[in-house]
Parts: sequence; C-alpha cells; structure tokens
Amino acid sequence: MTAGQAIATKDLTLSYGDTIIINELDLEIPKGEITVFIGGNGCGKSTLLRSIARLLKPKSGAVLLEGEAVAKLSTKDVARKMAILPQSPSAPEGLTVLQLVKQGRYPYQTWLKQWSTEDELKVRNALKATGMEELKDRTVDSLSGGQRQRAWIAMTLAQDTDTILLDEPTTYLDMTHQIEILDLLFELNEKEKRTIVMVLHDLNLACRYAHNIVAIKDQKVFAQGKPEHVINCGLVKNVFGMECEVTIDPLFGTPLCIPYGKGRCILKGQGL
Amino acid sequence: MLLKTNSLRWAGLFAAALLLLVLMSFSIVYGYTDTTWKMAIDAFTNFNGTNEHIIIQSVRLPRALIAATVGASLAIAGVLLQSLTKNPLAAPEIFGINAGAGFAVVITVTLFSISNLQVFTWVSFLGAAVSFIFVYIIGSIGREGLTPMKLTLAGAAMSAMFASMTQGFLVINETALEQVLFWLAGSVSGRKLETLAAVFPYLLAGWIFSLIIAGKLNVLSMGEDVAKGLGLKTGLLKLGAGIVIVLLSGGAVAVAGPIGFLGIVIPHLTRAVVGIDHRWVIPYAGLFGGMLLLIADISSRYIIMPQEVPVGVMTAVIGTPFFVYIARRGFNK
Repeated sequence: MTAGQAIATKDLTLSYGDTIIINELDLEIPKGEITVFIGGNGCGKSTLLRSIARLLKPKSGAVLLEGEAVAKLSTKDVARKMAILPQSPSAPEGLTVLQLVKQGRYPYQTWLKQWSTEDELKVRNALKATGMEELKDRTVDSLSGGQRQRAWIAMTLAQDTDTILLDEPTTYLDMTHQIEILDLLFELNEKEKRTIVMVLHDLNLACRYAHNIVAIKDQKVFAQGKPEHVINCGLVKNVFGMECEVTIDPLFGTPLCIPYGKGRCILKGQGL
Repeated sequence: MLLKTNSLRWAGLFAAALLLLVLMSFSIVYGYTDTTWKMAIDAFTNFNGTNEHIIIQSVRLPRALIAATVGASLAIAGVLLQSLTKNPLAAPEIFGINAGAGFAVVITVTLFSISNLQVFTWVSFLGAAVSFIFVYIIGSIGREGLTPMKLTLAGAAMSAMFASMTQGFLVINETALEQVLFWLAGSVSGRKLETLAAVFPYLLAGWIFSLIIAGKLNVLSMGEDVAKGLGLKTGLLKLGAGIVIVLLSGGAVAVAGPIGFLGIVIPHLTRAVVGIDHRWVIPYAGLFGGMLLLIADISSRYIIMPQEVPVGVMTAVIGTPFFVYIARRGFNK
C-alpha cells in the first residue's frame, strides 16, 4: 500500500495572530492508509487538520494535495478530492438525514447540472455504507449521537473523495459507538482504499486503527510511523507528559498504553 | 412541516400566489370609500372619472401593490438575515436597517427642512444601506471574519445608536416630529405608484438574486466549516446575501417606512409550512409576506374607521405574540 503520498505539507507555518501553532512543518501523509494525529490538548493537531482542509489559511508554506498546492486549486476542485468532517458539526433544526447526505454532492453541482443520476447513486451508496438507509427520513437532531455521526460521515462519503479528514469523530460518543464509527472508517479504508486522516484523543484506539501515527509536540512532528514502531513510554512521556507502561493489546497485538496515577490498586503488595 | 412532498409544495406555491392576488383585489375594493367589485373592474376597463374610480386607480391600486411588494421583500430579507446570523430573532429592524433609514429621514427633515415623501424614499434607502454596511463591516472585524454573534451585536449597537440619535433630533425639533411621525410608524398608504416604480428594480433584483443563492444558503446553514469543506466560497456568499438584504429591506423601508415584525414572523411561519430548504422558503416567504402585509393593511382601515391605524402598528400587534412565542421556544429548539 505504498502508492505515494496523498497529502504533504511544505514549510507549513500556522498561527493564530502572533502565536505560532505549527512551525515550518514538512509532513507526508501516505495514500490509502489511515493516519491519526495525536498530541496533548492545544498542541495544534486540530489546527493542522483544519489547515490541510483549507479551513485555516497558513501563515506561510503550503499544503499539497496529490502534489498540487491546495491554495492554487479551486475550492470546488479540492472538495471533489478531499472531504472534511469538522469537530461536532451541527445541522440546522429539521434537516433530514437524506437532505444532509445530499449536500455532500454540492461540489459536483453546476448551473447546468443540478442533480444527476450519479448524484443519486452516490447518495444511496453513502447511506448504505453507513447503515443509514432506514433512518434517511428522520431529522438529524432526532438521532442519537452515534447515528448522527454516521449521518455526517455519510455526507462526506457522498462527496466521493479519495481523502477524508475527520476532526475527533468519536468525541462525545460512548465506547460502543466509538468502536462502531472507527470500524466503519476502517472498513472504508480496507474496501475502497480511501485515505483517512483523523485526530483522535484515545491513544489505544489510535494504535489499533492507524497504519500511520503522527505525534505532534512543540509546533513540530515529534514522531511518525506505525504505532508499533513509535508508541512507547518515552514518546507518551514526551508528547503527553504522562508516565505510563506500554504493553500489547491482548486482542490485536497493537501497543496498549496504561497510565500510572492514583486510583484503587487491588494488586497485593504492588501499590504504585 | 405541513407540505412534505415537492408536488404538494408546487401546488401550495400556486395556491399562495392565487391567494395573494385575491387579497390584492380585496385591498382594491374594500375601504372607507364605498366601492364595489364592478366599480373596481370598470375603473381599469372603462374609466369615467368618478371619485370612486379615481380612488381605485390612484389610491387603492398603489396601496395594494406596495403592500404586496414591501411585504414580500421584508419577509425574504428576514429569511436571509436569520440564515446569515443563525439567529431566529433576526430581522431588518434588528440590524439597524430601519433605525438607519429613520435617522436619515429625521436628519433630512430637521437639518434641511425637506418633508417630501419622494425625497424620503432615497434618503431612507441610503440610510438603510449605510447603516447595514457599518454593521457588516463591524461584524467582519477580527480573525474569524463575519460571525453570526458579531453581526448580531453590531446590529444591536448600531440600531441603538441611530434610534437614540433620532430621538435626540426629534426632541429638539417638534415640527419635525409631526412630519416624520407617520413615516416612522410605517405605512403603505399615501404613496404614489412612482415611488414604488423607482425602487422596484432594486426589489426585483433582490428577489431574483435571493432565489439564485437559495441552494448555497442551504449549504451554509450546515456551518461555516462544513460549507467550506464542500467547496462553498462562504465569504463571497455572505457578502452577496448582505447586498440582497440591503436591496430588499432598504427598498422596502424607502417605500413604506419601517414596518416591523414581518421579517421575523414570516420566515418562521414559512419554515413551519415548507421546511427548511431555502429554495422553497424564499418564494413562500415572499408570498406569505405580501399576504400578511395586505391583511394588516386591509384590517387597519376598519379598526378605528374613518381613521386608519398605521400598518406598522398592525404588523406589530399581529407579530408581538408570535415574537414572544419564538423567544420562549428557545434559540435552537
């Protein structure tokens, strides 16, 4: 699965006012893989994702999408290649799932071509892939958290892009639904070879689902690579400032991070 | 929502258009001067110069046309403002548009001693535009550009400023008070057809352009980030919507003075009927707005006969309970 890079950044510097968030970053995101950005709160991982999605203008440097500078492409062209699901998006009251998913076809609509059979097909496929067919006439605000997130993912799927960016797609979801959403994204990657780039807070789930992990610290990439190669106690200590043991996930064999701290220790004679 | 399928919506649109025409005919036929349907038809086909015919042609007809167009424009402006600001209580009056127009008129009367309704038209259009441009610029300052909250705050501030300056001028100058009081209450009567004709191109342009951007407003309603991600040029759309708002509400206030509540009430009423798709909401809101102002205007003739209640007062009477209802129902529910 080394078909080159989907996204690259070149000397990318991002800032809010005078505060530099990301400094002269060169990053390559491989095509057809799941890449997860990790890092402490406020480290700039969401900012980086937003900037890749052109929601935030870089202070300097460039974001390249399949080798072309995003800033030079028309925004609709970008939207046909790359979809972004922002953190906790909100649909207007009364919008149905079907209406939401149909908006994903916006980048393909022109004055002459308002709604085509292809649009119809892509919308149907997106609903099917996310298991939202039954719920398509429900309003988005009436859905549960997990269903709502699936509806939004269906919209980004309808956009029919090779690359999908998601900013913390599992926030506010219970564990069952976190797994459900990540399984869905994993399947999309497996079956359709879509490039998925997301920000996740749960390091253990990141290790399980990501082919490629990007740890961000101090305006730079601290480490990048397969989770089993890069995640260890030292990295967690450095990036998150947290003491932990890294062991092996008994189900998947991926790294599993167990933090130290206070709490009820019921192991005999091993109070930490 | 009431009308769930597109064929029902088309039928409803047709019915609403018919009803608007019926109400316009009522507005032409019924009033203080006793006229009949036959007279009304004769006035246009077989004019004989009687008082009734003159009233129908030069008073009632302009009045009906103005009520319909002003109502439609205010309602559509309300739809755009509510969607631009994501604020269910947004309407032209909350964005300093009416206050700006009112201030411009008062300045004209007090400083230049002009009290000609024709002059008021252009002066108030200018005042409305200047005020909204100020609001728009103030609302756009800062890193994130134009945000709903900043736009609303800027509107409230400008509105308060213009309103208090207007009052200040009126307190100093009592003759001006008399001359502008009727204008400030808002009315669709006593205007010539030429007044409407002068402003009509702007209103028409506003109607057409609002329909053109309707689909894009749907995309924007999903949030700034999602809309940008879908390839929508949100800054450009918001600027375009701002221009349409100035054309529609500026034009409306120029013809009829500040008429409140219509811009708040109608968009909500419309969404209850056709849902939230702007491609339906905008034409429906236009028709409903015209209908409400016609109803308000016709009923204003009968309440304290032979005198008339200013139509701005009527819309407020109809609108206030509704306003309270929306406020109580909450912002995002």
